[in-house]
Amino acid sequence: MENSVEYSILDVICPMHVVVSKTGHIVNAGPTAQKLGGEKGLVGRRFLELFQLSKPKQVKQIEDLASITAKKLHLELREPPHTSLKGVAMPSGVEGSFLINLSFGIAIQEAIGAFSLTNTDFAATDLTIEMLYLLEAKNATFDALRTLNNRLHGDKKAAEEKAYTDALTGLKNRRALDNELSKLVARHQPLALMHVDLDYFKAVNDTYGHAAGDLVLEQVAKVFNSVTRDSDIISRVGGDEFILVLPKLTEKSRLECLGDEIISALEVPVMYNDIECKISGSIGTVIWDGFSPTSPETLINDADIALYASKDGGRGRQTFYLPVLRERTKSEDDEGGDVVELWGIEAA
Amino acid sequence: MHGLILRTVQRFVTDLYGPPRWQAVIKKAALDFDDFEAMLEYDEPVATALFNGLEASFEQPMDELLEDLGTYLVAHPSNETVRRLLRFSGVSFDDFLFAIDDLPERVRMAIPDLNLPHLDLRAYASGTFSLSAYDAMPGFGHVLVGLLRTMADDYGALVMVDYAGRTQGCESLEIRLLETTFADGRSFDLASAAVGG
Repeated sequence: MENSVEYSILDVICPMHVVVSKTGHIVNAGPTAQKLGGEKGLVGRRFLELFQLSKPKQVKQIEDLASITAKKLHLELREPPHTSLKGVAMPSGVEGSFLINLSFGIAIQEAIGAFSLTNTDFAATDLTIEMLYLLEAKNATFDALRTLNNRLHGDKKAAEEKAYTDALTGLKNRRALDNELSKLVARHQPLALMHVDLDYFKAVNDTYGHAAGDLVLEQVAKVFNSVTRDSDIISRVGGDEFILVLPKLTEKSRLECLGDEIISALEVPVMYNDIECKISGSIGTVIWDGFSPTSPETLINDADIALYASKDGGRGRQTFYLPVLRERTKSEDDEGGDVVELWGIEAA
Repeated sequence: MHGLILRTVQRFVTDLYGPPRWQAVIKKAALDFDDFEAMLEYDEPVATALFNGLEASFEQPMDELLEDLGTYLVAHPSNETVRRLLRFSGVSFDDFLFAIDDLPERVRMAIPDLNLPHLDLRAYASGTFSLSAYDAMPGFGHVLVGLLRTMADDYGALVMVDYAGRTQGCESLEIRLLETTFADGRSFDLASAAVGG
């Protein structure tokens, strides 16, 4: 094997081979292997001083290679950039000498930069270039898919923004409510607006988790759907807040009945697995005759004031808006006085 | 048709002739959207409409336009990825040419659902080759002409490439390799593969 004619064959067929003599010195290195040694190259240097051979076992002396011939060797350059290499060793045919073929394995991408490798550094039969091609193609495809993904995500968000439906409950959302309430007010349609806030819902969510909370919300939607008419607008305007707009329903006694019906239906426990989830509801209602000056914002705000009174009055009740409630809210803010009793008068 | 092809047509028109020209193509094509997505598949009528719109919006013959598209695919800076991926096929232009039969398979490795026509390269005496593309979409040969001429420049080879006609769905090219190292060509550094092209 220590014959330059045969080396020239090896240089072409295995450009990353080295031939190590029985003294452990490299006597020939393929043109690509030669690049691993930097400016000094590899020839004339001791193989085990350049490469650390750790697996399948530590090798301290070159003759130890005899016990691991034909096995996959894991090596690392002792000098920077400490590149990992794979290899396989066989006796070269000359007493005590080995032929070792090396490869970069999975570390190829770093190696290409570190040793300025080109297409011609690889044997014609070597699939390394194809692997690099695939890596680059994969990155390009991945980028294109990510672009598509981002765009679809953007489209989805845009669609959600335009949506009129609350995805979880199937009820209308705030945007739909604002839109339809404005139309009713513009048409001077007498109506009642109920602001329903779930009591103890947060506790259900916090104690049993969002799945339980979601189940409760779905049940709440069913309650609203069952007690209202098709022409009513039922919207979810917050996590546990709902606004019901009831066109042409302005009779207080009927609204009181409806409120009671809603609250008792909400108080029926919802079973989540084996857990009873109990909630209730507080309601603030405003009645609009269809001609007094108002606006959608004012109606919602009035219902809010009434709802606040229900909450303060002990929850699980309905309060009808009266201007005096607004006054009380103000005076409470001013004086911090106790107005619960006064509000209680209007509580259903 | 694969969105990547249609998207490339869109970018070709937009990059070289500007967005108003693209809008004109869309209008002539009577499409109700103006943005093709590279990673989606489009129905054939959409593709047909687009190519009809293209033909109607340009003065030059379709053949020339498709040849320019082939050039654009390799030479335009926004397509550096394509050039690089093609350069992986060979260390020199003749090497690249001899591997061109593999091109559809290489493309499929990158994008499994992008099917290119089957390519067959035959060598004749005196450095002449014929390249056939079977079951090719009409005009595919012209795109190949532009692509091969530009790749030859890229490698620095002196090459003559001509369209040799279409028979029974097969488009043929005639290629004469005059000199493989005529000029310096553009560099190809394997290392930038590491940073993801």
